[in-house]
Amino acid sequence: MNFVPSQSALDHAGVGAESIAGLFWVMLIGGCLIWLIVVGLAVYAIVVPGQHDQKRTRMLVIGGGAVFPTIVLTALLTYGLAMLPDLQRPAPEGSQVIEVAGVRWWWRIHYRMPDGNRVETANEIHLPVNEPVEFKLKSEDVIHAFWVPSLGGKVDMMPGRENRLKLHPTRVGVYRGVCAEYCGEAHTQMAFDVIVESREDYDEWLRQQASLAVAISDEAEAGRKIFAGSGCGACHSIRGTSADGVVGPDLTHFGSRRSIGASVLPNNADNLTRWIAETHRVKSGVEMPAFETLAEDELRALVRYLGELK
Amino acid sequence: MSESVNQQPVPLHEHGQRRPMKKRLWWIAISPSVWAIHFLACYITAAVWCEKIGEGNLRPLQISVGIYTAIALPVIIWVGYSSYRNFRRGDPPVPYDFDDPTDRTHFFGFTAFLLSSLSVVATLFTVLVFVLVGSCD
Ligand code: HEC
Ligand SMILES: [Cu+2]
Repeated sequence: MNFVPSQSALDHAGVGAESIAGLFWVMLIGGCLIWLIVVGLAVYAIVVPGQHDQKRTRMLVIGGGAVFPTIVLTALLTYGLAMLPDLQRPAPEGSQVIEVAGVRWWWRIHYRMPDGNRVETANEIHLPVNEPVEFKLKSEDVIHAFWVPSLGGKVDMMPGRENRLKLHPTRVGVYRGVCAEYCGEAHTQMAFDVIVESREDYDEWLRQQASLAVAISDEAEAGRKIFAGSGCGACHSIRGTSADGVVGPDLTHFGSRRSIGASVLPNNADNLTRWIAETHRVKSGVEMPAFETLAEDELRALVRYLGELK
Repeated sequence: MSESVNQQPVPLHEHGQRRPMKKRLWWIAISPSVWAIHFLACYITAAVWCEKIGEGNLRPLQISVGIYTAIALPVIIWVGYSSYRNFRRGDPPVPYDFDDPTDRTHFFGFTAFLLSSLSVVATLFTVLVFVLVGSCD
């Protein structure tokens, strides 16, 4: 399992990404071939001295400059188009459906459950290996684009529209997804983690995400009070508590996530302290106020609380 | 460019029938326009069909595209062919940049012929999408 998330379309770990990488190589070779022949002909015309034979020149110009590129382009287009139906076909009925909404500058995620419920989480997507999954992509504000280069293609998220995408991961590991459409100040800090794991690990994770917030230690209890008292619950939900805001990411199982702030910082106590106290220095532009006035012990309790929300 | 500098001999062919093709500038725009209309027609039909009518069955959509193509291609080929015949008359040497009716006609004919060839390829590329991608996904 790779621990540094991969974000390369050529380091493919999914059915879609694999055919896209194949397409890339074929296109590259096709492009190089055209370049070589066209430039080769130009060099030939310059280097070979004396008058060129009229008839042959005309044949080379028409053949090398028009007919040959047309044939290569037709072949490349055919190859690329023939790939499309498979890439675009929705995941079969009964596959996991995951709704993802782009929000400046993070990702709201809902897993559709077989019983019709939806489980909310944010900024981290888990997928079972070797199973196709259907994504429903939306936006809550401006245009974003959903892209996990190692797993598949890129799809825009439009306000007022639902786009779809199928991903079919084939290798266990951690991958990085990004917003691929400029959406404002913190666009480059709008990423997410994708964890591809075995069916058992995935089921266990989803079961845990679907549950209410876990019981917490006595030390964390002080943090829960500060969370409630500071107004965090106006923007964040922690299911099982009175916090039910919807402006920001759901924090019910925040402690189980790898990263903070849409894959900006690794999730640990120091980084979380920074995130809360100097939010805008970590990620400028976010719609969460920095809580600079919290005392050190209050911060420590708050961080402890959030960290225990596994 | 003054004539004394560029003493290119004007080909003296076809002077009996002056201006064999009474074509103006718009003549060269026909083929690309037919391609554009064909493209739009295919695109709009596909969009309406996939969104409003029949997701599953694509036959009618493919048949419509076939009909559009059966209209568009002959027009483009006809323009291309008559342009070719016109500019080849007497096999005049390039470039056709002399400011007289003969060279202008050759220029129009040659340009229209090249654009028609391009339009044929572009139209076929449009059709290829409907042949190879047999779904609304
Ligand atoms: C005005 C609304 C608002 C308030 C109040 C607020 N937050 Fe946030 N919070 C947000 C938004 C929006 C984000 C997402 C920022 C981003 O990544 O772009 C966020 C992100 C976070 C994250 C990172 C979540 C993740 O999935 O990475 C944590 C942790 C967090 N907030 C904790 C807190 C705490 C603790 C408080 C109270 C002290 C608080 N927030 C108060 C709006 C708010
Ligand atoms: Cu963005």
